[in-house]
Amino acid sequence: MAEWTKHSLLDLKSLSVEEIEMVLETAKSFKEVSARDVKKVPALRGKTVVMLFFEPSTRTRTSFELAAKRLSADTINIAASSSALSKGETILDMAKNIEAMNVDAIIVRHSCSGVPLILADNLSASIINAGDGCREHPTQALLDMFTINEKLGRIKGLNVSIVGDISNSRVARSNIWGLTKLGANVTVCGPSTMIPFGIEKLGVKVSYDIDAVIPESDVLMLLRIQKERQNDKNLPSIREYAKTFGVDNERLKRAKREVLIMHPGPTNRGVELSAEVADGEYSVILNQVTNGVAIRMAVLYLLLGIREPVTV
Amino acid sequence: MSLLIKNATIVNATKKSSSEKDILIEKGVIAKIGKSIKADGMKIIDAKGKYVLPGLIDLHVHLREPGREDRETIESGSKAAAKGGFTTVVCMPNTNPVIDNCMIVEAISKESKRVGLINIIPAGAITKGQKGEELSDMFELKKAGCLAVTEDGKSVSNSGLMRYAMEYCKMVGLVVMDHCQDHNLLGSGVMNEGDISTELGLKGDPGVSETIVVARDIELARYLDSSIHLQHISLARSISLIRGAKKEGIKVTAEVCPHHFTLTEEAVRTFDTSTKVNPPLRTKEDVAAIKKALKDGTVDCISTDHAPHTYEDKESDFDHAPFGMIGLETALGLVVTELVNQKVLSWPQVVEKMSAAPARILGLVNKGKIEEGADADIVIIAPETEWEFKKEEIVSKSKNSPFIGRKLMGLVETTICGGKVVY
Repeated sequence: MAEWTKHSLLDLKSLSVEEIEMVLETAKSFKEVSARDVKKVPALRGKTVVMLFFEPSTRTRTSFELAAKRLSADTINIAASSSALSKGETILDMAKNIEAMNVDAIIVRHSCSGVPLILADNLSASIINAGDGCREHPTQALLDMFTINEKLGRIKGLNVSIVGDISNSRVARSNIWGLTKLGANVTVCGPSTMIPFGIEKLGVKVSYDIDAVIPESDVLMLLRIQKERQNDKNLPSIREYAKTFGVDNERLKRAKREVLIMHPGPTNRGVELSAEVADGEYSVILNQVTNGVAIRMAVLYLLLGIREPVTV
Repeated sequence: MSLLIKNATIVNATKKSSSEKDILIEKGVIAKIGKSIKADGMKIIDAKGKYVLPGLIDLHVHLREPGREDRETIESGSKAAAKGGFTTVVCMPNTNPVIDNCMIVEAISKESKRVGLINIIPAGAITKGQKGEELSDMFELKKAGCLAVTEDGKSVSNSGLMRYAMEYCKMVGLVVMDHCQDHNLLGSGVMNEGDISTELGLKGDPGVSETIVVARDIELARYLDSSIHLQHISLARSISLIRGAKKEGIKVTAEVCPHHFTLTEEAVRTFDTSTKVNPPLRTKEDVAAIKKALKDGTVDCISTDHAPHTYEDKESDFDHAPFGMIGLETALGLVVTELVNQKVLSWPQVVEKMSAAPARILGLVNKGKIEEGADADIVIIAPETEWEFKKEEIVSKSKNSPFIGRKLMGLVETTICGGKVVY
């Protein structure tokens, strides 16, 4: 395997095919750790990992925390939404203060695009992007690719359709970068008001017709329709979205036999997918969650661990 | 006090003189221009090898006083202007309180007299408190010293009210300027909407937010036979609308800013908040259209939209940082580097865009030219001198510029305002 040289994980745009494959490969070994009775290896003993979340998150934060703990790192959680920043402290200020306590990695989530890049430029700790604005969510896309590869044995040549509010989705953007690099054919599908300007330039096809997309798809990645964003007024109603783009068993009758239903969570049952589909035979939503821990262990290990072949 | 500029290569909007002349300044006006004027013990400036231009006039600066003196003051802004070669600036009304009554205008005039460097002409707000509800008291503003009104950062979204503003100001004799932007279309946009905003996951400003208001203002001007000045035009499409309007004889004038012909949206990729400006940096096609429009006269003048913000204001994420960049100290250097040296504009055209046309728009008959009897507002430039724009040398209180570290051509050596050397 090639040498891992990156100090931070900021986005999939800047990752090479080899680097993506290295994360996926490393995660395979770590997945087994979480299945053990004693779910812990000493790989990152003595390292400190801080989770600095400016946006609420349950799934991603828990997943990162478990990943770090299973590698024996010490973890601290900071929900930074309001307290210090309302006192005139800037994001960079806060991050520098945290770094001054000798932490090895800062996992950051922020509602504004670019924040992890600014932190990485100004700090010496490793920065892991846990989602920035509508730009990227690299570990989500890595765990999605890991899951696809695990279930279907390959990524190259697969038709992957990402359905929903593409404009506001960092998950979509990271998956587009990663999946196209690994040779998948990506289609984005959603209402025209939720497809951002010039998305084709990222190497994807655009469709407004879910029923035309379903029969072609090996993977259907459904995104959360964020009700709280509906003051954007870019949708007539959630009801109309559910009827026109929501995936239910009826629509799935025309799908391929081995189609994967994926969702980055949390799901809006009855909106982007019906409960029966979310819990149905094609759904790998919980596998994604399981794999998320393995991917995040792999990322932490590659960024912070001693550079040796993985032996766990 | 008299002053003599010797060996001047005088550049007016009409032409660059082919021989060197002397300029005698007495009592704040140009008393005489001629060969070998005798210096009877007066102060002499030798301008050998330099270009001598009428003082630059900027129709669009934010001086932040009153209200945000931490960003800029009338004093620091005057110094920055003088260093940039500007002798007259129009300051925007988005202060706190807003420039919408004679008291604020008089306070600004009083302070600018105390500072005593350059001419500061306040622009009033079109509506009281920039609230978009009632027109400001225009006669009062005019009497207090305003020559123009603008809603600045907030376009008047009510077209009926804008109609009244244009009709009323035509009667009063105030220039109406508009920051063309439909705020519903802008939404929460922070950069040009396009491939790059999509890739970066930043909210985009679709250009139609500007062009729709440009088209509206042109139609109002046509219908009312009024004039309108369009501020900081950023798009090729706006320029074709303006070009068409001028062909029809509609009284529209337009300005562009140096950053809009120097940088493109590519600069935002760094997430450097000093590249966040409103209207946003656009595409290379827009830059090309702006240059062409400057050359062919569709765009009348160059303004800076000098918008100081403190380090603390700008040290934020891209979404929350305020819009704007400083521009007074780099404008001429960027014009020389990007336009003169790239054969877009001649030196007389530079004078037209940065002095003669703005003077004409404001109705300042004794400014914008170097001739006997004109105001002694003069800038002396070393046209071939290369210099670096260094952060530690910025005179403005704020340092928010994407041009820090850039090498520029054309250095302001001396600025004279009202016969007094101010830089």
